[in-house]
Amino acid sequence: MKPPPFEYHAPATVAETVSLLRQHGEDAKVLAGGQSLMPLLNFRLARPAAIVDINGVEELDYLHQEDGWLAVGALVRQRAAELSPLVTATCPLLAEALPFIGHFQIRNRGTVVGSLAHADPAAELGAVALALGAELRIQSTRGTRTVPAEQFFVSYLTTALAPDELLVEARFPAARPRTGYAFAEFARRHGDFALVGVAAIVEQVPAHRCAEARLAFTGVGPVPILCTDEQGVLRGEPLTPQAMNAFAERAAASFEAEPDIHASAEYRRELAAVLAERALQSAAARSNKGN
Amino acid sequence: MAEKRTIQLTINGRQYSGQVEPRRTLADFLRQDLDLTGTHLGCEHGVCGSCTILLDGAAVRSCLVLAVQANGRRVETVEGLAGPKGELHPIQTAFHKHHALQCGFCTPGFLMSIVDLLKTRPDIEDENEIRTALAGNLCRCTGYSGIVAAVREVAAQQRRERTP
Amino acid sequence: MSRALFGTRVERREDLPLLTGQGCFTDDLKRPGMLHAAVLRSPHAHAKIRSIDVSAAQALAGVVAVFTHADLGAAGKAIPLLQPNPLLVARTQLLLACDEVRYVGEPVAFVVGDDRYVTEDALELIEVAYEPLAVAADAKEALEDGAPLVYPEIANNLASGFTLGFGDVTESFARADLVLRHQFKIHRGAGQAMEGRVVLAEYDRRANRITMWSATQAPHLIGRLASEMLGMEERQVRVIAPHDVGGGFGPKAIFYPEEGLVPFAARALGRSVKWTEDRREHFLATNQERDLYHDAEMALTREGKILAFRGTVVFDTGAYVPWGIVDPWISATTIPGPYKLPAFQVDMRVVYSHKVPVTPVRGAGRPQAVFVMERMMDLAARELQLDPAEIRQRNFIQPEEMPYAMGLVYRDGAQVIYDSGDYPACLRKSQDLIGYDAFRREQARARVEGRYIGVGIGVYVEGTGLGPYEGAIVQIESSGKVLVTTGASPQGQGHVTTMAQIAAHELGINVDDVTVITGDTGAIPFGVGTFASRIAVTAGNSIALAAREVREKALDIAANLLEANKDDLELAQGSVFVRGAPARSIGLGALALTAAGARPGFTLPPGVQPGLLATNYFSPSQAAYASGAHAITVEVDVRTGDVRILDYAVAHDCGRMINPTIVEGQIQGGVAHGIGNCFYEELIYDDNGQLLTASFMDYLLPTAKEVPTAKIAHMEVVCPLNPLGVKGAGEGGTIPSAAAFARAVEDALAPFKVTVKEVPLSPEKVRKLLREAGR
Repeated sequence: MKPPPFEYHAPATVAETVSLLRQHGEDAKVLAGGQSLMPLLNFRLARPAAIVDINGVEELDYLHQEDGWLAVGALVRQRAAELSPLVTATCPLLAEALPFIGHFQIRNRGTVVGSLAHADPAAELGAVALALGAELRIQSTRGTRTVPAEQFFVSYLTTALAPDELLVEARFPAARPRTGYAFAEFARRHGDFALVGVAAIVEQVPAHRCAEARLAFTGVGPVPILCTDEQGVLRGEPLTPQAMNAFAERAAASFEAEPDIHASAEYRRELAAVLAERALQSAAARSNKGN
Repeated sequence: MAEKRTIQLTINGRQYSGQVEPRRTLADFLRQDLDLTGTHLGCEHGVCGSCTILLDGAAVRSCLVLAVQANGRRVETVEGLAGPKGELHPIQTAFHKHHALQCGFCTPGFLMSIVDLLKTRPDIEDENEIRTALAGNLCRCTGYSGIVAAVREVAAQQRRERTP
Repeated sequence: MSRALFGTRVERREDLPLLTGQGCFTDDLKRPGMLHAAVLRSPHAHAKIRSIDVSAAQALAGVVAVFTHADLGAAGKAIPLLQPNPLLVARTQLLLACDEVRYVGEPVAFVVGDDRYVTEDALELIEVAYEPLAVAADAKEALEDGAPLVYPEIANNLASGFTLGFGDVTESFARADLVLRHQFKIHRGAGQAMEGRVVLAEYDRRANRITMWSATQAPHLIGRLASEMLGMEERQVRVIAPHDVGGGFGPKAIFYPEEGLVPFAARALGRSVKWTEDRREHFLATNQERDLYHDAEMALTREGKILAFRGTVVFDTGAYVPWGIVDPWISATTIPGPYKLPAFQVDMRVVYSHKVPVTPVRGAGRPQAVFVMERMMDLAARELQLDPAEIRQRNFIQPEEMPYAMGLVYRDGAQVIYDSGDYPACLRKSQDLIGYDAFRREQARARVEGRYIGVGIGVYVEGTGLGPYEGAIVQIESSGKVLVTTGASPQGQGHVTTMAQIAAHELGINVDDVTVITGDTGAIPFGVGTFASRIAVTAGNSIALAAREVREKALDIAANLLEANKDDLELAQGSVFVRGAPARSIGLGALALTAAGARPGFTLPPGVQPGLLATNYFSPSQAAYASGAHAITVEVDVRTGDVRILDYAVAHDCGRMINPTIVEGQIQGGVAHGIGNCFYEELIYDDNGQLLTASFMDYLLPTAKEVPTAKIAHMEVVCPLNPLGVKGAGEGGTIPSAAAFARAVEDALAPFKVTVKEVPLSPEKVRKLLREAGR
């Protein structure tokens, strides 16, 4: 299980990087943490002609809060984000989801942005990005553009990134007052890819009523799925277990889950409903605390 | 076929250099080129943890790092865990005491992971949390009980040393 | 002091190099000018090979040679069948497939080059024209008329059909108060040692000898078959299992094609060649086990006494039978377990399929047998409203009934006669450890709270200490230290520690003064291998007996030299001395020198041969029957189907223990594998014989999170069949786990009346059972 041959580039700047991507187009893969790409190379399931290693692009290593957003540069390791007091304070949903990603040895290398760019259908961060309404900043030789999470995940392992584009930053909205965030996952063993993962956000108005509720699912299909409460099942209602259960059931019924060797579509749907209910209850309880 | 690159890195406090194809993994560079065979390959897809080493102090799978990526970096492997006169690291002693190894193949990966763990989470105490932290290393021989006991003992020991 | 060594927790002597990265595993070895190999493997489960074009691969820079079957010459014959049996229509493999492939992963070509990177590049340049054929992927389907045939001349893919039994089952069923019938499925599982297979060979052309290093459990077996495949004498092929092998568990005890290809290539090229299996190959091409269907019936009285057991087993053996029908035979003879059965019959159908061959994996057919028997006992208990422990107690063979002849012939050709054991006490002890009675009260409380917890037990009897023999040479060196040489190579079982303990105990010396050399066919001429929980019985007793012989010799020579009566002599702390006059003594080293003829003009006592050493090959008369009981408590999340193990208890009897710490390690490790078989480890093949779970991401090995520390109680019922009174301990931890787990889940979900009939379970399977029950 040795990688096939490839041309190797280790640019020092974003400009160099996007120039290389322009040059090689579909024949190049970006290497950041490598926790997704290296296994594919070792299995020879991926055979890029060129690898563009961005680990030396220091300008991408930043993590800061900016105008109500948590800005995460492409080189921020999952472990660094997990252990960051800034992340815990400003983006509790991200902080709660991160420890579910593999094991700490994986998170020592894997990057937040890299996980989003790889877009594994069972990746935790996809659900987090969707639920929060994150924004993805993309750069190429043609300029910079920003894509909202809702438009970023296109299909199985496919995002809105063109072959010559680099995902340079993910920005997550900072936590809002009277809002609770929760992430729940069901996996066969701790650290495995989620069979189903759910991010839940509940915003409260006084007297324990729901102002807004959102659910985002991962592991249920080729892309993460966002469920908002357009029908007002929960919005304006008291946050009772029955109401939350109804919203969870409706959300889980709103999409076709996909089967694979680890779970059938029917079981995934069942799990989605159970996890959504549990996550909503957590989020609702948390929305009581704080300002 | 890509040309070989020259790399220079520090391993267990010593300077090493080598010429490697870009696709050569750090694990193979250690094992084949430098004869540092303490780091083992169990799966080459990042799950078993047998190949775990410290890269700039952080535990990572050396099968998922290219040797060229370690250029200029600081690597620590199991060969460097004991002291210069062979004084065993507390986790090595604890492993022996608690029968935490049988065939020994997964052991280096566990040891290096635990070194990182105890640095990052020196307060770790709860058995459930310890088991969660150990879940990134597979063992087929021991059933983990000795490994868990060893980590508990060293963590407790380190706590005692910190609070006089 | 040293007399206490046997049975004590001597610290392991293997640890220091392993802890400091100084271990010596086979892939750590480098020989001068060594080349690396890679194997081209069939992507089809069944296909004809029309042509192979290796020219592009041969032309690749860095490639030294590419071999196909056409290049093998006399080595192109089939690997000899190890365990012939008139009941078996045997087919064994070629080193490289010739015109047909029969499982995904079967070796088709062998590339040798400068490193593994370039040889893998070369694999991709080999063009093979395959003609895919119909696939028999499931054993039950393979038996049916019209199913694709693995071998056109073997009707219904039936490798072997045999019936074992005793008593009159028809009569017993006729008079039964209760008859139960259930169909069970046990899924394929694997050994998955952390270290894959590795073979390294070096050819000395001047001496015309080959040296092989192999991460094998059976170096003598490898040597014998490799020399036969290469047309050489056994003395020309030396095989060494390095003292560090990263786990075995059964699959590494086989002569695989690579064990022949590597030395063949080394000889052909005059270079050292090493092949290191990677994990993908291990999944595809290293043997697996556990795969069978069992249609079982049991007849009982209304008091829960078994009248008869009758079963039909469809046993998937894969595409070849390198280990004959040993595994199914073991499975069949294990079914009766600890119970008194008036009548028993099992029809075993061993079926070829287009999958990788089946050979023993930890437990070797017993987990499957115990699963079925224990499930039937639990389901009978449920019907009769008896506690599962109670129904077992009513049927146990009692300790005073030992030796107990079951009425079957075991795989070694000897009768199944349980020599010793106390099944009632073992079961009660496991219940004590798990807090069985208190748990029932807790369970009632939990149900009120809407929590579902359950307890399950599983009891097993295991034939261990298999023959034909294992051996040891015990020698006193001129330094006074002891050298023990045995073929029994370790893969983590601590042989260097336990064998040193035995020798030191017998010879009255410090355990640190014993050196143990294992697994080298050049150091000891005969050996069988480390598998089947056999080494404590065979090698252990060989060492003890050889050491005793050496002791006697030492005393004989000392009596002569000290001019004392042999009966007045003591051996302790490395010296022989006259009792009551310790100044009159002579050290073991001096005795060794004397025996070696180092003292001129001295005549050896009459009848004493030169050299202070002895060789012994202990050959057991039959299996030594170990036994035990596991108890597991679980909690089931009825909404997700997830199952969490709350507690795990083991009460077991492996006879006298050489080193309790080592035994506990073996049990805990076995339990981990057992838990894998309960809920995590399933090899899933599709209808085309493609393995869908071919990595650690999809085949789930339990981690520290899934495996609790088991409570272990030792019940040492001394084995009367060998001088040390020992029985094997390596597999007991795995054997009844699935049975106990299945019952625990069923017990937790008793309000829903689910019935568990397959292992491993999974959360989805549990949810399916609940859905079918209306929840």
